[in-house]
Amino acid sequence: MRLIRRIIYFFSRRRRDAELAEEMEFHRELLEKESGDRHAANRRMGPAMLAREDARNVWFPLRLESVGQDVKVALRMLRRNPGFSILAILCLTLGIGANAAVFSWVEGILFRPYPLVVHQEQLAALTGTAKAGSVRTGTSWPDVLDLKKNSTLIDSVIVTKIMGTTLSLGDRAEREIGSVVSANYFDALGIHPILGRGFEPGEDAGRNAHPITVISYQFWQRRFKGDAQIIGKKQRLNGVEHTIVGVAPEGFLGTFVGWSMQFWVPASMEETFEPGGYKLEDRGARWIEAYVRLKPNVTLQQAQQEISAVAKRLERDFPATNRGVGMKLWPLWQTPFNNAGTLLPTLGIMLAVVVFVLLIACANVGNLLLVRSFARRHEMTVRAAIGAGRSRIVQQLVTEGLVLSALAAVSGLLVAHWCRHALVLLFPARGGVAMTLPGEIDWRVLLVSGGVCLLATVLLGLVPVFQTRKIDLVSALKSEMASVVGGHSKSWVRSGLVIVQVSLSFLLLVGAGLLVQSLQRIRGASPGFSTKDVLHTAVDLRGAGYDLQRAKNFQNELMERVQALPGVEAASFARAIPLDYGSFSSSPIAVDGYQMSLDEQAEVEYNEVGPGYFSTVGIPMLSGREFTDADNETSAPVAVVNDVMVSRFWRGEDPLGKRLQVKGQWLQIVGVARVSKYRSVREQPQPFFYVPLRQHPMVQVGLNIRTRMPPETIAAALAREVHALDGNLAPYEVITLQEQLERSTSAQQVAVTLLSVLGGLALLLATVGLYAVMSYAVSQSSRELGLRMALGARESDLLRLVISNGLTITAIGLGLGVAAALGLTRLLGNLLYQVSPRDPVAFGLALLVMIAASLAACFLPAWRATRTDPAVVLRD
Amino acid sequence: MLVLASLTRGARHGYGIAEHLKTISQDVLEVGESSLYPALQRLLLNGWVSAEWGASENNRRARYYKLTAAGRKRLAAEDREFARMIVAIQKVMSCA
Repeated sequence: MRLIRRIIYFFSRRRRDAELAEEMEFHRELLEKESGDRHAANRRMGPAMLAREDARNVWFPLRLESVGQDVKVALRMLRRNPGFSILAILCLTLGIGANAAVFSWVEGILFRPYPLVVHQEQLAALTGTAKAGSVRTGTSWPDVLDLKKNSTLIDSVIVTKIMGTTLSLGDRAEREIGSVVSANYFDALGIHPILGRGFEPGEDAGRNAHPITVISYQFWQRRFKGDAQIIGKKQRLNGVEHTIVGVAPEGFLGTFVGWSMQFWVPASMEETFEPGGYKLEDRGARWIEAYVRLKPNVTLQQAQQEISAVAKRLERDFPATNRGVGMKLWPLWQTPFNNAGTLLPTLGIMLAVVVFVLLIACANVGNLLLVRSFARRHEMTVRAAIGAGRSRIVQQLVTEGLVLSALAAVSGLLVAHWCRHALVLLFPARGGVAMTLPGEIDWRVLLVSGGVCLLATVLLGLVPVFQTRKIDLVSALKSEMASVVGGHSKSWVRSGLVIVQVSLSFLLLVGAGLLVQSLQRIRGASPGFSTKDVLHTAVDLRGAGYDLQRAKNFQNELMERVQALPGVEAASFARAIPLDYGSFSSSPIAVDGYQMSLDEQAEVEYNEVGPGYFSTVGIPMLSGREFTDADNETSAPVAVVNDVMVSRFWRGEDPLGKRLQVKGQWLQIVGVARVSKYRSVREQPQPFFYVPLRQHPMVQVGLNIRTRMPPETIAAALAREVHALDGNLAPYEVITLQEQLERSTSAQQVAVTLLSVLGGLALLLATVGLYAVMSYAVSQSSRELGLRMALGARESDLLRLVISNGLTITAIGLGLGVAAALGLTRLLGNLLYQVSPRDPVAFGLALLVMIAASLAACFLPAWRATRTDPAVVLRD
Repeated sequence: MLVLASLTRGARHGYGIAEHLKTISQDVLEVGESSLYPALQRLLLNGWVSAEWGASENNRRARYYKLTAAGRKRLAAEDREFARMIVAIQKVMSCA
């Protein structure tokens, strides 16, 4: 009831106020009439305004109205000191903007990785598991159908598999990324094509029965110039004509974090895009990446229980294909088959870093406010003198802080809005297709930014509270001079803020230093193969439907043509390229005279490589020979092992001529190659071996070329040769192995870039903060400095005095920073490579930089101190 | 409580209340604007009185305050409590 009355009052407060005034005036008149003396009446009544205010405050003890008034005053103050305002708002904008932007990225990946898809909170990723849950696999089409049939908690199962295709466009061929999907894909995701239709039930059944495709808005605009008559036109995908039946809405990018899909085809066309034949009837072919949509109010655990039960039943019914096979649900943000998982740790570090930057920015603005509040001491004193209580003054100052941070929050959100797609810029485009990582300013981001803004306000608000505690009418009305430089209670808040800044920036600098070092080590470390002058590319023969014989012919012809190209020194096929997303073959092995212990990992990875591979890629042979044209289908099976295998399986003895059993076949060892990096530059030396491609032929291989020509030249020549062999084919992007190395370390690159930029900003802010404190201290203690000079202090003494004071603050900050850094840098964990989290070089460098910066920050104020004219200041 | 009590005999305006209290208490209780009007606003806020504009004795517009049902109940409650307190205080004082 009281609340309602308050609300009613609030909306009629002007009228009520007037009524109150009228009423009181009436009272006064009657009183005057009674006593015949206006002044007597006034005496008896007390000050009218105050009484009216008291009466009004009954309704709003919080003084909502005075807040409005304070906001006006605050805005006026900001206008009057544009320099201060701009600096403060800029600092806070940086802090809040960085927070909002990074949070919007993290949030995008966590909560709605897929733009336009409805109710993503009900989606979960589905994978298969093998070996009793220890290995993650895809799922098979028949398993998915059975799951759908037997589940009561799942609304729909959405099948999707990312794949590339070669698009034929007249005489050009281009790579595009698309998905093979189940027919319910668009309906289950809540996506309505803007032109034409999605897929209809049943279109995902029947081998090659439905050559249709839905294309993305982007693709439609880019490739077909937004042709309104596009529906019904044909597009050749992987050599098969597909009818375009729909155009997806703008902004729908498919369901794979990091890539935007350009087209979708129904699962019935799977054979055209996926290697290994028609798999829709094969329960053992686990190729599918799937999502399930849970029914409303069903938890992941409940659904997982039911799915596990279904998997158990399938295991019983189909032991041949499903023994040990399970199915597992993943929350969307842990989706194992796309980039969500790999991005999150980096983003976590980024979040921590931007919080640091915010703290530093707040400390800086707090310092500015403090310095200014000294200047406003007189104003505060006057306010107190005319009857403002302390709480009233604090309210005023906190309101000013709020206005500042609110303005900064607005501009920060603008910054975040501009940066919402900036995350993508940090990742290199692959295969000419840029990644898309959606960041969006939604209510969660707004909420967090609001929280950050409030946090900033509270932090800023603390400053004036410290300040007003000191207001003492008597002493403040006397002029007072802060005496020097150091040790005094009034300056400890300011020094404290600078100490915080110094230690946080030190922390960021150390982090940046560690990451820069590990990136250098990674890039500088020899991966065991040459990164310069070696190019890599591939031709998608599998996608183009080549069978093994055709592929072999094509490969032979292409190799002849490539080796004949001017500038090509050597060329060789190999199944897999090092440091790639795709994996090597692996096999359990057996070695003559070596007894495997039971728990030993007997699986060793290997690569199928063509003649001259080692000299092409630059892996040195330690003994024996590399593969030649003679190692073909008709000759004895051979292998090349690496030195790690030699020391492990042959105890360092020369294994030439010894035997190695792979997949039941005995191979003779003809050479030993030096170990190199296979999956990741950060891996330990791995046992690894090579077999000749000709003895293990395959359709899909990569091409390595050693040349001193620029990649573009080779790419153009290669495209011509490939096109001459088959007009429907085009090579993938041509990259150097150096590029490959850099792509495989992009997570480090992102972290380094961010930490360096933010660490630099933090350093700048801290330096400015230290400078502000020192110059303020000098300006406030000019009388003392003058006195010292008059008593015979030399310029160098004063210089030393001021600088040593500044350095003391820095030293304390650095001490704290070192302690914090020792504890925190190990959180960088797996982003570091061959660098200890307590690396002395990074710490030392960061120390030097901070000391240099603080010397620079102190020097100007110190120099100004020496300019003090004792005659002038002592006379004042 | 005193303001509430002064309204039991019908509606009064602010000045009327002050005068009433002054007369009844024989000039002991003199309420100024600064305590009367906040008190009245508090009563309004709690819904114990209602206010209406009416014509005063000399035909000026004046705001008349009237007890509400809730106000009457409140007054009765305060009356009881006050009586109890007075008795208690008297007992303590007589023992001193």
